[in-house]
Amino acid sequence: MAVQLDKRMSAAEIVGQLRDGMTLGIGGWGPRRKPMALVREILRSELKDLTIVAYGGADVGMLCAAGKVRKLVYAFVSLDAIPLEPWFRKAREAGQVEVLELDEGMFQWGLKAAAFRLPFLPTRVGLGTDLAELGGLKTVQSPYADGEVLIAMPALRLDAALIHVNRSDWRGNVQVFGPDVYYDEWFARAAAKTYASCERLVDRIEDHYPEDAQANIVERSFVTGVVELPGGAHPSSMPPHYGWDMKAFKAYCDAAKDPGDWQAVADRFVGACEADYLANHGGKEAVAALPLPIF
Amino acid sequence: MSEPTLAELCIVACSEAFRGNGEIVATGVGPVPRLAVGLAKLTHSPELMLTDGEAYLVEQPVPLGPRGYDERKKAGYLPFARFFDAAVWSGRRHAMVTPTQLDRFGQINLSRMGGTHAQPKTQMLGVRGFPGNTIHHPNSFFFPAHGPRVFVAGEVDMISGAGYNPAKRIAGGNYSGIDLRRIVTDLCVMDFGGNDNAIRVVSLHPGVSFEQVQEATGFALEAGELAETPLPTAEQLEIIASLDPHNIRATVIRDNPTVGSDA
Repeated sequence: MAVQLDKRMSAAEIVGQLRDGMTLGIGGWGPRRKPMALVREILRSELKDLTIVAYGGADVGMLCAAGKVRKLVYAFVSLDAIPLEPWFRKAREAGQVEVLELDEGMFQWGLKAAAFRLPFLPTRVGLGTDLAELGGLKTVQSPYADGEVLIAMPALRLDAALIHVNRSDWRGNVQVFGPDVYYDEWFARAAAKTYASCERLVDRIEDHYPEDAQANIVERSFVTGVVELPGGAHPSSMPPHYGWDMKAFKAYCDAAKDPGDWQAVADRFVGACEADYLANHGGKEAVAALPLPIF
Repeated sequence: MSEPTLAELCIVACSEAFRGNGEIVATGVGPVPRLAVGLAKLTHSPELMLTDGEAYLVEQPVPLGPRGYDERKKAGYLPFARFFDAAVWSGRRHAMVTPTQLDRFGQINLSRMGGTHAQPKTQMLGVRGFPGNTIHHPNSFFFPAHGPRVFVAGEVDMISGAGYNPAKRIAGGNYSGIDLRRIVTDLCVMDFGGNDNAIRVVSLHPGVSFEQVQEATGFALEAGELAETPLPTAEQLEIIASLDPHNIRATVIRDNPTVGSDA
């Protein structure tokens, strides 16, 4: 089979590869390193009935608010400094989405099971809580002398994963910086296809940044498509380029109360296209100037 | 010197939970627990490992509130990407947190309240890492407003963290990692040292009676020796102030009372 080594695509072409009913993993963590420009592209599309698998932030809130989500697999949905994600809350309190609630560690364990092509991986996590019963999680007994009974965390297989990286070349050699890369590597390994948006697309990465090769968190065989979208994590943080935009998050959260109707505010938080969106938020320069968050 | 505040007394009481823990990651979530782990490290337990709240291990606790981005001094690395391998599932951590509800078994909830799982009345955070934390490493709790909505009658609405409830144990499961240590509130200090790990009051803050604590709790408490919770020393107050230059601790307990005042 001929391999398509030039993996450059537009955001619309990436979303064009997705189908109704798919299971999508979204990288990042809460309000950090989220592939928001690709999420916005989904919000501009007709896609529906998605199963979203994420350490959730505004990505989850927006997709729920827009009625794109059939099922949500999550351990939390939060914007850190704004602990409770209001659009996610609305969807949950309306009983609008089916859920599989997991512990943060179980969640990455499920991605790893999928990555290793296993049906499940055993863990003690979940014992003594309501998770197993609510999530239909089964147990498994150790075949060794200890005979321990463990939760069998099922593989979280993804039809596609979306991640936002610092750099990539057209072949999908990505480089990821910042203090923490979270579980983006495992989203990519758990997915049949991974699409990476990047702050900067370069020609041949070995000609530009060979000294940063250790930042290649996942091999290009796991990357199906790349697109350059500077500011593509906004309003989430993308160190070292920019911090989160708490002002934008606050406006987004306030809009959940007033007017409370996503369609009425979608223009502001999604826009007709990415250029429009960035212009609405002060342009690339304003995004690049957002200070890195202090914890 | 001005009178110590109740929040400062709580910080000192919380820090005691981390005494003699060994070389483990001490996590304090929220201003009082975070100041407590910093105080513990700078006084009785220098072996504790702290993070900057983001991804790095620090040997000098990071002060609360606004500061320069690079003022933290990185001594090690503990990102979320390896948190479960290194700190949680290895048992090398003790976390102090503030869930929304806690019941007589030490089961905690921060996920949702009321309604059903399919349609909760109030959706909160989700279980986060609490199921893993509670089955694998020691945990303690801080509550700034002791009351029956926190210390609930019956059981919590959704069991997000494992406790000592025999009905929630399955044959063959390994529950040896469940280790609930200390509960500090604006009224008292409690532990799980009662019969069958029942919650027991071990010290009362100045001016507080056991009856008052029991009144504010949705289940029956056991009474330990009921010492008076020690006041912060001048040295402790100085360290707390240095770790909290913006006095964020003053916002934790309603009206920020001084110790022993009728708040």
